[in-house]
Amino acid sequence: MPYDFDQIVERIDQQKLWTFPGGVHPDGRKHLSNQTAIDTLPLPEQLLIPLKQHIGTAGSCLVTTGDSVLKGQVLTSSPNPFAVPVHAPTSGKVSAIEERTTAHPSGLAELCIVIEPDGNDTWAELAPIENYQQQDKAVLLAAICEAGIAGMGGAGFPTHIKSTARKPVEFLIINGIECEPYITADDRLMREYGWQIRQGIDILMHLIGPKVVVVAIEDNKPEAFKAMQKVCEDCAAIRVVQIPTKYPAGGEKQLIQVITGREVPRQGLPADVGVMMFNVGTCYAIADAILYGKPLIQRVVTITGEAVLKPQNVWALIGTPVQTLLNKAQYQIKKQKVPTVIMGGPMMGFTLPSVNVPVVKITNCLLVPAKKELNLNQRELACIRCSACADACPVSLLPQQMYWHSKAGELDKAQEYNLFDCIECGACAYVCPSEIPLVHYYRKAKSQIRIQRDEKEKAEKSRQRFEARKARLEKEQQEREAKHKQAAAARKQATQNTASAAGDAAKDKVAAALARAKAKKASQAEATVAPAAEAPVPENDNKAKVAAAIARAKAKKAQQEAASEAAETAESTSSPADAESERKAKVAAAVARAKAKKAAAVQPAESPATNASPSDHAPAEASSEMSAEEQRKAKIAAAVARAKAKKQATETTATPAQPADDEAQTATEDDSPEAQRKAKIAAAVARAKAKKQAAESAAPAEQTDSEAEQADDKTVASNTQEDDSPEAQRKAKIAAAVARAKAKKAQREAQQNSAEDNE
Amino acid sequence: MLISSLIALGLLALLFGLALGYAAIRFKVESDPLVDQVDALLPQTQCGQCGYPGCRPYAEAIANGDDINKCPPGGESTIKDLAELMGVEAKPLDAAHGEDAAPKVAYIREDECIGCTKCIQACPVDAIVGAAKQMHTVITDACTGCDLCVEPCPVDCIDMVTINPTTASWQWDFNQTPVGDIPVKVVS
Amino acid sequence: MKLVLSSSPHQHVRRTTDQVMRLVLYAMVPGVLAQLYFFGWGVIVQMLIALITAVLTEAAIVTLRKRDIMQALQDYSAVVTALLLAVSLPPLLPWWITMTGSFFAIAIVKQLYGGLGFNLFNPAMAAYVMLLISFPAAMSSWIPPAELASHAVGLSDALSVIFTGFNSAGYDLNQLRFGVDGVTMATPLDFVKTQLGQGYTYSEAIGQAQFTDSLWSSASAGWTGVALAYALGGIVLIQQRIISWHIPLSLIAGVAVTATFLSMLNSDLYGSALFHWFNGAVMIGAFFIATDPVSASTTPKGRLIFGAAIGFWTVIIRTFGGYPDAIAFSVVIMNMAVPLIDYYTQPTVYGAKRAVKQTEGEP
Repeated sequence: MPYDFDQIVERIDQQKLWTFPGGVHPDGRKHLSNQTAIDTLPLPEQLLIPLKQHIGTAGSCLVTTGDSVLKGQVLTSSPNPFAVPVHAPTSGKVSAIEERTTAHPSGLAELCIVIEPDGNDTWAELAPIENYQQQDKAVLLAAICEAGIAGMGGAGFPTHIKSTARKPVEFLIINGIECEPYITADDRLMREYGWQIRQGIDILMHLIGPKVVVVAIEDNKPEAFKAMQKVCEDCAAIRVVQIPTKYPAGGEKQLIQVITGREVPRQGLPADVGVMMFNVGTCYAIADAILYGKPLIQRVVTITGEAVLKPQNVWALIGTPVQTLLNKAQYQIKKQKVPTVIMGGPMMGFTLPSVNVPVVKITNCLLVPAKKELNLNQRELACIRCSACADACPVSLLPQQMYWHSKAGELDKAQEYNLFDCIECGACAYVCPSEIPLVHYYRKAKSQIRIQRDEKEKAEKSRQRFEARKARLEKEQQEREAKHKQAAAARKQATQNTASAAGDAAKDKVAAALARAKAKKASQAEATVAPAAEAPVPENDNKAKVAAAIARAKAKKAQQEAASEAAETAESTSSPADAESERKAKVAAAVARAKAKKAAAVQPAESPATNASPSDHAPAEASSEMSAEEQRKAKIAAAVARAKAKKQATETTATPAQPADDEAQTATEDDSPEAQRKAKIAAAVARAKAKKQAAESAAPAEQTDSEAEQADDKTVASNTQEDDSPEAQRKAKIAAAVARAKAKKAQREAQQNSAEDNE
Repeated sequence: MLISSLIALGLLALLFGLALGYAAIRFKVESDPLVDQVDALLPQTQCGQCGYPGCRPYAEAIANGDDINKCPPGGESTIKDLAELMGVEAKPLDAAHGEDAAPKVAYIREDECIGCTKCIQACPVDAIVGAAKQMHTVITDACTGCDLCVEPCPVDCIDMVTINPTTASWQWDFNQTPVGDIPVKVVS
Repeated sequence: MKLVLSSSPHQHVRRTTDQVMRLVLYAMVPGVLAQLYFFGWGVIVQMLIALITAVLTEAAIVTLRKRDIMQALQDYSAVVTALLLAVSLPPLLPWWITMTGSFFAIAIVKQLYGGLGFNLFNPAMAAYVMLLISFPAAMSSWIPPAELASHAVGLSDALSVIFTGFNSAGYDLNQLRFGVDGVTMATPLDFVKTQLGQGYTYSEAIGQAQFTDSLWSSASAGWTGVALAYALGGIVLIQQRIISWHIPLSLIAGVAVTATFLSMLNSDLYGSALFHWFNGAVMIGAFFIATDPVSASTTPKGRLIFGAAIGFWTVIIRTFGGYPDAIAFSVVIMNMAVPLIDYYTQPTVYGAKRAVKQTEGEP
């Protein structure tokens, strides 16, 4: 650093300041609007609050259409530290939350909360912080964040982020420069509310702990200078200095250079050179937030230009449509050649596409120039490389080179000429004798570069995702092949052991068939209970769906795995699929067998007889036909059946249906929807099997058949009963989808046919 | 005389040739293989509109001499970059492979989705999530707008939605301003 | 209500390119008057010929390029180019040579490169160099200043010589070039060069007739007056901030340093700084020609290098080259170097200095 702290303070005391290169001296025209005190506005009919009014991310909306809100009520929240909330500027009703044109040069729509004031202006409960000196800094910062304060000088950077000091700060600079022509909002604020600005400065001093505070005011505002000198005279650490008028002295980096002679490093922050800077409006808002608990819901806006009869400053609620302000100042459309409203100053402001645009936190001025007031006609001529722009550039860029490359689309070369160091102050375009809108070219180039960068990142991400997917698919392929090999090996072994295994398998099949039969009965019992159990628990529907989805996914996975093996198994041998599923089936079957025996013991004559004879035939055939999948389903059925077998047992011991119902009910209540679903699946599967069996062994299976029919009826009945239940809807959807799919297929075929015909 | 000069020139040629050859090997600049360089220029939408199954295969094809104008998502700028890299003339986009359209993302009408997972299998960048029989949805950030999921959908519930300009993506083009027929004076 | 959109800044300083060009024209008035006084009406005729040719050429080519004619003509750049070329030419140069030069400046040097702002070379000087190489004899046929001339050249004489080759009395250009002593007058630079070539010393050469009536003993009559008049106009331009001081000052300094260095080596062979300053085109070159914004360097440091290098080459070529004057050559040479100069003399951007230091400081 060329100068140390003491030298700099000495120079400041002697009013010996530095300067920055370049700069221009446009006509200030500040007298237009700084003659009268800050006025207030009538309450507009509608307030539009954009969700995002600062640099960073927008919060999520906390209110819905139709809500009543109180003045100062918070409307958005976000866990993101770069988000600051917005607040209701007055009490009223949220009439809409929709996309509206907001204060952005593009005129594109952004999400806004529309509030219709009720006229009462009722405040929400405020929470001022007493004795802030004793409070923890984090508490104050949180309060500043909660109040929605973002830099009011124009950039809109969240203040609580900025004021979180990470490095020791020597200079706290309070920016009252207001170097843009025409704007007098800060000027009037300093003149009229100097004391509150001082309170804000005190809070910032407490937060940041600078060695010295410098209040910088341009020398074309002597009244404001005096006012600030008066309010700051009791504090030795605060120095109020006058800065020579030169645009853009109010730029953060430029002002730091003027006051301290230091340059903020590129891509660095002012804190890197021991400086922190706040706008006077921000100081005022901080005092409001801490001492009064008021969030940032209004600000001073200058309405000026020769096309308004009464140029002035007003307190405007955030969200007030520009129209209201123009009416207040008596806008004379006839005085303009073409209707133009500039938000901000003539150097950096942007033209508004509509007068319904709301005032936002960074709106400091509305400029409505008369016909010949500003030299608006941009009659662009060729660049003659006069380098007047380079002489005017406060950042020592070469605007003519940047223009050359930006225009030619050579974005990398434009960047080589430090395009991104441009602060878009407009000094170059202001002096350009060829009237080239230089800044416009830079902005375009910058946004193009940013978008290209994003696209590149996205392309890179896509490439990675694509490659990851490719790798995954390859791996799956390999795994499948490995499994095939394994299966083939197992098959070989299995054929050797067929003789011994066959007997066991047959027994298993018998057991499984038995279990299926039980399941049917169980489902009958259940079907009657199910609707009752389902009705009172609609909340569980979602859970049930999720559970079902998981179950389905698992089932599908298992099925896929099984299916790949099943094909081979089926064609080569009658022995069951792979070793593991066989083993599982055995276990399940064994359990089921045990249950069945028990049941049989109680009711020896009927039950086994009805089922045993067909199932003796069935397994033999099934084992050759049934794929592994069906076996698996059977297992599920068996598992469910186990539970039900007990019930059957109790039923057959002449106990009335009551306890069984009770049990079923408790069961449904216990593992509720999932169990129900499983049961249903089981029932459905069982039904299918039953039919098959019936077809294969018609005579002995009569009873089973009728039972299955009964089950069918019951299920259909329950389905119709549950018409509006999600399950039914889902089924309906599936049906619809199938219909659509069929339609599509038909259509495609038709197209194909017609295509062929054409050929 | 004539012969000696011919010999001299021949020797010189040989000498310089050897020197150049040696320099080419000795001072060889290691650079990315051409395929990687081409791949880096392609937009990585993996859409296959070029006729190759993804951007990398097309990059390989270009490196082997295929035309550079088969990439509609990349548009003119990609063709320009490729032309520069390959040292060939930039050509207009080959219309046979599609037109340079505004960037899009896939959008699944979730009510109609039957959860068939066909789109998931079609997506080259795994930008669709969902399970069988459950509705699927598109991860908008990861979607490259390649179109490949639209065709497999049995119920036609996938739309390609044009990405609207936002204030963040706005490129200072006042013609994009949706206010309509405002007289715009700025040269662009 | 529809509102008009445009990009900031919305305010503009009220000085435009055509105003800049017009101011340059006004600043040339003293110099042109001095030329008129010392060398007769020929300069005015040359200006008219060059001007008409330039404007017509510009209009024709702009039409061919399908651009807006009025816009192209209104910027006055063609006018400035034509006049700068005209005042550099010998006053009684045949009309077709002037026309060729003016056409070449606009059509080839300026428009073929893309029009105003895109030309690599200073059009007037490139055209001058072309003429000098193509018509060396005609281009060095300067007539003596009025008070030294045996025949005064009036407006009708000038017109007649330029368009027919003979004046009303039937003298041709070479006869008009006789001085009072009956010797063919050359420009002082030419004369000194010839004398030095014949073995005379520098001081002997400038003791001759041409230098007798001069402001200083080392400069020549007429030429000094013209040079001073142009310098006056140039100072006005600097004061009006039309041109920056960098190029004129560094050019003049470059001439002075080089000339002084050489004359310190051998004052018999090499002319002094004053001799170089006030003879030939150094002054008009410093203030009007080298400052042509399009083809000059645009960075502050670059302008200093650009100007100083022109000064250096001017003296070197005048002293050791085949042509008596060298501003045109020097300017064209340095025009070629401008992209390089600009690239290496980019000003340090705000904050960049410290950034460099910091990166150095990091381990």
